[in-house]
Amino acid sequence: MNIIITIAVTALVVLYAGLFKAKKALLPITLIGLLTALGFVAVSWNTDQVYYGMMQMDNFALAFSGITILGTLFIFLLTQNYFAKDSENIAEYFTLILFALVGIVIMVSYKNMSMLFIGLEIMSVSLYILAGIRKSNFASNEASLKYFLMGAFSTGFLLFGITLIYGATGSFDLDAINNYLVGNYTSISPMFYSGLILMMIGLSFKIGAAPFHFWVPDVYEGSPTLIMSFMSTVVKTAGFAAFLRLFADTFAPLHDFWMPPLMVIVCLTLLIGNVTALFQKNFKRMLAYSSVSHAGYLLFSLIALTANSANNVLVYAAAYTFASIIAFGVLIIVKQKTGSDHFDSFNGLAKRNPLIAFVLTVAMLSLAGIPLTAGFIGKYLMFLNVMQEYQILLVAFAILNALVGFYYYFKVIVAMYFKEGKEIELETPAQYRVVLVLSVIITLFLGIYPAVILNLI
Amino acid sequence: MTHQLQGVPLNHYIWLSAIIFTIGVVGVLTRRNAIVIFMSVELMLNAVNLLLTAFSVHSNDPSGQVFVFFIMALAAAEVAVGLSIIVMVYRNTQSIDINVLNRLKW
Repeated sequence: MNIIITIAVTALVVLYAGLFKAKKALLPITLIGLLTALGFVAVSWNTDQVYYGMMQMDNFALAFSGITILGTLFIFLLTQNYFAKDSENIAEYFTLILFALVGIVIMVSYKNMSMLFIGLEIMSVSLYILAGIRKSNFASNEASLKYFLMGAFSTGFLLFGITLIYGATGSFDLDAINNYLVGNYTSISPMFYSGLILMMIGLSFKIGAAPFHFWVPDVYEGSPTLIMSFMSTVVKTAGFAAFLRLFADTFAPLHDFWMPPLMVIVCLTLLIGNVTALFQKNFKRMLAYSSVSHAGYLLFSLIALTANSANNVLVYAAAYTFASIIAFGVLIIVKQKTGSDHFDSFNGLAKRNPLIAFVLTVAMLSLAGIPLTAGFIGKYLMFLNVMQEYQILLVAFAILNALVGFYYYFKVIVAMYFKEGKEIELETPAQYRVVLVLSVIITLFLGIYPAVILNLI
Repeated sequence: MTHQLQGVPLNHYIWLSAIIFTIGVVGVLTRRNAIVIFMSVELMLNAVNLLLTAFSVHSNDPSGQVFVFFIMALAAAEVAVGLSIIVMVYRNTQSIDINVLNRLKW
């Protein structure tokens, strides 16, 4: 609870700082607030507090809060001069991102369906505004409207699902629902099954899993790059944590019922995400499709429910978050210099900017899942988990998809090192360098010494 | 009043809400005007509200009706943001037909 209060108060203080034109103070205030929130995460570790049956700050919630807060912190460090050219009033950007983070922390720690809904809406409403924050840019407008219509539509499904489950069990509380499932295993009301499927559809929309992914590339490409990096890392992690809390804990007794439809979703997501990413000429759009395919790998953990499922998602989400932050950071720098986000603008980058080329290479290797990077550990754990259930065909299919992934991730590495291009020198502000190097260190550290995060939850 | 309402079988509420919800879903999928799509979404949410209230009265549990208040409040927030997004799009394109929004390809 302290975490939520800290972030919300920081958001309000930032808004007032903006009112009094204290532009220089915005970033320090935000960073102090987020670091305090991280401190509260560390302090409440292992305490497992429950707040009035609404929220439960168990280690699962704290670990995911920690990852999302740290990711947001890194994204805030990338904001240097980014919003300033769009608008005079940059305090609103900071506040909206912080409010979205409040929603995210609620989403990862809910113990009652109503909190899931409220957290999701606090996050979504902030993101609708953030996606369309470039008011006169048509692509940004379009992204915002599409995101809004799809988001509201999927919320409808989610709510109808919650209602049917409430009708069947008479409660919104996750424990009560779980008790109902265990107690009436042979006579579960058909309403419950339809509610479960509707909730699965609603949440799949939110995390962008196929066949409900069609809004993802458009919205991601249209929104400002920094907002896209927030949406595809932090928001996605939160969506998976919410999905996992519901399906891996509460609905676990019905695993045999919801596993087959989920398997279809996983296979479609992997196939569509990877194959479409192959044909993209635009780096930003490629990252959008790659984020769809990573949603498929993340859902993998739910195919075979074991004690490690939650921790595997945490490892994968951490690997994906930090690698993506590097990719988006570099994309912002390159786009500021060349004005384009095509693969061609990366040509010959390595000659004059060895550091940038190196960090982007590490990020791409991690996203592709090459050993010694965090991405490999994430993929390895996911595959191992499913292997234990002897679903060999599914693992083979996923490995095939990972191989397809190698091709499009290596495309940018090849462009940087082996293609001739204009020899441009990129301007990397100090804050960017800090974020990029820190993310690379985390990525490599988790890849070489994964034991620190393996048994966290 | 509550007694009379409870005289209506719960199944009727479920079917009514399911039908209203389906009308909303079909509206979102087939209409091309952003405002009408938006209205269809509201129809979906109101079907949910009706069903929640019916369940809540049926099982004598107030938490369902409290949830309805949450949905109403957050739907109002969504309306505020959504309508301003539509106004912003209208200012730039002079249209609220979502077919205009195909600048970004699939």
